[in-house]
Amino acid sequence: MSALLEVSGVTKSFDGFKAIDNLSLSVNEPELRAIIGPNGAGKTTFMDLVTGKTRPDSGTIRYGELSRDLTAMSEAQIARAGIGRKFQKPTVFEDQTVLENLTMALAAPRNPLNVLLRRPDRSARAAAVAEEVGLEKDLNKRAGILSHGQKQWLEIGMLLAQEPRLLLVDEPAAGMTTAERERTTAMLVEAAKTRAVVVIEHDMEFVRRLKCRVTVLHEGRSLAEGSLDHVCADPRVIDVYLGRPEEADA
Amino acid sequence: MSVESLDIAPRARRPLAARTDVIAMMLGLATLTVCVTLLAQMGLVSVSFVKLLGKTLCLCLAALALDLVWGFTGILSLGHFAFFGIGGYAIGMWLMWDRTEAIVAASLAQSTLPPTPFEIREAIGTQIFGVVGTSEIPWLWAYAGSLPLQLAFAVLVPGLIAGIFGWLAFRSRVAGVYLSILTQAGTLALSLWLFQNDSGLRGNNGLSGLQNIPGLTDVPQSVISIWFLWASAIALALSYLGASWTVSGRFGSVLRGIRDNEARVRFLGYEVEHYKLAVFTGTAMLCGLAGALYYPQAGIVNPAEIAPIASIYLVVWVAIGGRGRLYGAVIGAAVVSLASSWFTGGGAPDIELGFYTIKWTDWWLVLLGLSFVLVTLYAPKGLGGLVDIYTHKRARRREDLGPDQGSLRGEEEQP
Repeated sequence: MSALLEVSGVTKSFDGFKAIDNLSLSVNEPELRAIIGPNGAGKTTFMDLVTGKTRPDSGTIRYGELSRDLTAMSEAQIARAGIGRKFQKPTVFEDQTVLENLTMALAAPRNPLNVLLRRPDRSARAAAVAEEVGLEKDLNKRAGILSHGQKQWLEIGMLLAQEPRLLLVDEPAAGMTTAERERTTAMLVEAAKTRAVVVIEHDMEFVRRLKCRVTVLHEGRSLAEGSLDHVCADPRVIDVYLGRPEEADA
Repeated sequence: MSVESLDIAPRARRPLAARTDVIAMMLGLATLTVCVTLLAQMGLVSVSFVKLLGKTLCLCLAALALDLVWGFTGILSLGHFAFFGIGGYAIGMWLMWDRTEAIVAASLAQSTLPPTPFEIREAIGTQIFGVVGTSEIPWLWAYAGSLPLQLAFAVLVPGLIAGIFGWLAFRSRVAGVYLSILTQAGTLALSLWLFQNDSGLRGNNGLSGLQNIPGLTDVPQSVISIWFLWASAIALALSYLGASWTVSGRFGSVLRGIRDNEARVRFLGYEVEHYKLAVFTGTAMLCGLAGALYYPQAGIVNPAEIAPIASIYLVVWVAIGGRGRLYGAVIGAAVVSLASSWFTGGGAPDIELGFYTIKWTDWWLVLLGLSFVLVTLYAPKGLGGLVDIYTHKRARRREDLGPDQGSLRGEEEQP
């Protein structure tokens, strides 16, 4: 195991508010990691920073064997380097079929000329991914008519199709039924066997099922790290999750 | 379900030759050109009507280009008609120059001494630019005597302008309404510059006499109009094929993805800016080609043609026809521009209300504006949506909808 993602001393503030405050974190390959924390802990900002949507004020984010600096790369370059991102709200292309969504995501050259001129039939590869996420019967359906859970799976499928080395998943279980949650857990655990998967979640039950190392984020800092039981026993974590008594009194 | 047995044949994956809209468009264009040619030979349609149809096909081509950039990629350009105008200017320069050269050479040949090349140039300059009070030949006209170069310019100059503009705008992530305003401002600046006498393109006079093709002075307009009709139809047909091919497959998926959620496409690893730039530039060139075919049929190009309102008309046509589908743009441009000629050309009878007479020449724009508003509010799919009403009903009976398979079919079968 070696560190695939190395976040060191990263700070990002919005109008004076420190969303991420001197955060350091490293993720190995393969690894399944959960990042938990209350609202406003900086979970989504952390993802934005890694995927290039926002730039840190200071600190470095290094990735891969070459230790490439992600802060100097565009979103598309970061994605091509092997970092996939799943958004909190399912964001699939509703106007297009499941097959089209998956085909767009499949690992393949992405420059316009190549995409326009070279058109090998990749439908079998797309269908294989659809099978992994249980959408093999819905290939020709418009993504817009899928159920909420199916859309989440389609998005996970799109991520798998990208063949990323690092997968960032934002609240995958939000709005899912119990059965859908179980299936999602299985997908993530399976995916994490061969790559790094970082799951951002504030549903403790879901995190418990992942049975993985947990990082607790609070006010933009890493509060505790370890197994779920370990961090849950940490008094600081209890403080954050149950509220500070002195503040509650005030 | 095994991967091999997959029956993957959604509309977009079918080969072009098997797609209904492509077949219909090709057959429609072929029928139109052949019928009009025959009718014209029998003397049943006028030259001006043939030219009107030819021009309409060029407008359809421009609308097709705008649909690619707006309907598919989501870039609302309010400047694509400027590229159309530039194409017209580029070809117009050669038409004017070559014809003037022939006339000047013929008249100078009468004199006792054979004219020097310098004298011929001087005379051409006086002839073309006398109207703006100069006889100097502007640098823009350096290659006006060469048809191949001017033809290339008709396509390359719009491409270059769109390329530079797009590179600057997309690179800075200017999008949405801001981009639309920028394109409109650029278009306005271009037309204001052209209105000036010292722009080198004859100011508000524009270029005229373009219907007279040099070297074909003996061929009557009735024949030339048919040639241009065919050329316009072939250009539209080939562009339609090209556009259908472009928007099919993964490239089309990426374009529609950019339209619907640009950020998501970026996170899939596609350089959104490169795609936007490619489409913006390519469609600008297509508009240049359409303009180069249009203005020899119209006979005159002037800066008013490039004014922002023209580009807005183009948007209205695509919106009424139904953006996001290629045939929608073609139908919209054809229907609205033909209706426009009918209403403004005195074809529509005035409506006598007793106290007021509705003259369509005045009221057509109100009618057009109203239809635009109504289409935007109540029928965003435009005229193309009419096709859906037919095909969806058919498709729904075959499709399983939702988890209760076939429930809709059961419902429909109930008396």
